[in-house]
Amino acid sequence: MPDAIVAEGLVKKYGDVVALDGMELTVPEGTIFGLLGPNGAGKTTTVRILTTLLKPDAGRATVAGLDVVRDAARLRAQIGASGQYAAVDDHLTGAENLEMVGRLYHLGIKHSKQRARELLDRFDLADAADRPVQGYSGGMRRRLDLAGALVANPPVLFLDEPTTGLDPRARIGLWDVIAELVAAGTTVLLTTQYMEEADRLANRIAVVDHGRVIALGTADELKDQVGGDRIQLSVTSAAHLESAARTLAPLAVGDMQIDATALQVTIPVAGGAVALTQALGHLAAERITVRDAGLRRPTLDDVFLSLTGHEADEKIKEKETVR
Amino acid sequence: MNTLRLAVADGVTIAKRNALKIRRAPDLLGGVVILPIVFVLLFTYVFGSMISLPGMSYAEYMLPGIFVLTIVTSAQITGYTLTMDLQKGIFDRFRTLPMSPSAVLTGQTASDVIMNLISMVTMALVGLLVGWRIHSSPLEAALGFLMLLFFAYAFSWVTATVALALRTPEVFNNIATLMSFPLVFLSNAFVDSARLPGPLKVVADWNPVSTLIQAARELFGNTSPALPVPSAWPLRHAVPVSLLWSVVLLVVFVPLATRLYKRAVSQ
Repeated sequence: MPDAIVAEGLVKKYGDVVALDGMELTVPEGTIFGLLGPNGAGKTTTVRILTTLLKPDAGRATVAGLDVVRDAARLRAQIGASGQYAAVDDHLTGAENLEMVGRLYHLGIKHSKQRARELLDRFDLADAADRPVQGYSGGMRRRLDLAGALVANPPVLFLDEPTTGLDPRARIGLWDVIAELVAAGTTVLLTTQYMEEADRLANRIAVVDHGRVIALGTADELKDQVGGDRIQLSVTSAAHLESAARTLAPLAVGDMQIDATALQVTIPVAGGAVALTQALGHLAAERITVRDAGLRRPTLDDVFLSLTGHEADEKIKEKETVR
Repeated sequence: MNTLRLAVADGVTIAKRNALKIRRAPDLLGGVVILPIVFVLLFTYVFGSMISLPGMSYAEYMLPGIFVLTIVTSAQITGYTLTMDLQKGIFDRFRTLPMSPSAVLTGQTASDVIMNLISMVTMALVGLLVGWRIHSSPLEAALGFLMLLFFAYAFSWVTATVALALRTPEVFNNIATLMSFPLVFLSNAFVDSARLPGPLKVVADWNPVSTLIQAARELFGNTSPALPVPSAWPLRHAVPVSLLWSVVLLVVFVPLATRLYKRAVSQ
């Protein structure tokens, strides 16, 4: 299968700040590629370069076989982009917004109107089609923005944090739409800071930190990289939390995680259920009250933590890692 | 040739978008219709009741000044719209489309011409109600309106440049107001600039706004033989100099605005 997106050694600097430091990625046609990383990791900069909004300081990239710098003008007819901020016009209606985009893709008046109606139907916006966007909810705006990216049926689609700030229901709705698109053959590059989103949507995931890819693979491959199961348990007081951590330290095969707010300890273990039984036995012997205990597979959160030494989302300040 | 045709088509699409916005947004509509009405009524009845001129009514003397005052103040809408769009990320969407990059600015300024046309018609009608009359031939009057619209178009590019340099709506509004007041009031809009004290007189005589107002007065026939003829060079050749000013503004500010636009969006 040919590659829809190829980036090689992309570098972008803003003064002293290095936004991209040798970004590499390859996305085969008809797949969803997830770019996962915290704020400031370089996800948006990568998307801006690949969508011709920004020129890289070094490196090269092609999308749909076209160079993002040299063939920028021709490339724009092949891509659709939907950004973090819904780029829709408040004073225009949903239909007018999409018609305008169609006109700017040079689809002609009739085709633009027809395409706008099709997309509004498909994105469940038909009832709101002739109302100004001002009155739309956050989820409706995002759907309209995504519809705008699809007006010309582009073979390659860039979605920069498409669900950030959406409520869970709107998020799931948007996921379904994205999955449908890929089923129809579109290639999607998706950036996200939500593990769950990458896990659910992306065929392959690149974990990005400090402007570089630090790990690459399917969700399962990434999870396997950080090894086996984890015991997760919560206790009833801060004092118990400390002694639980101390008691269970010998069982841990990697870094333990202690969440002081949730009174929760996560311990990577070998041996699965046997280790859990042992752990509960030790805790009972120390008279530590356990509120909840369980064994779970590693999540992408664990992957991120073990790869970077810090967590992907912003809960980072509330938590501390114990060595 | 094909590129030019696409550039024009894209400009028209963007201009349509802005025209729709003017219709939908009450704050923009207020600037286009209500502000000019308020200006005409306020200046006619407040200043008009205090000032009398030999051989003509103050309303006739002043209305060309109000035309220009409105052009200068409503050109701020161009800049304001641009700064708002800059903040909303809509330009990113435009720039990922296979559209002509110049269409954003040409479309924006073209829609301002529509806006200026609406406010000029409004002002002329209200002007007629308060006693303003055209004393020249229809051809001269038409030329007068065209000249004002042409200047308005050129001036949109000035505010677009300022807006793209400043980038935030709040800062732009403050600076634009600071700029437009001296520009309009240090002129012959409401007083005879010949009677201003030394340095102010020089500024007012050479202010392009004075030239434009003088030209409008001549083309609408809003002059009186009883008033002294202005002696400053630009005011003695007001119509050609006004046209020249508009051309100069375009030559300077079209490339400048285009460059600043590219810089503003490529970050």
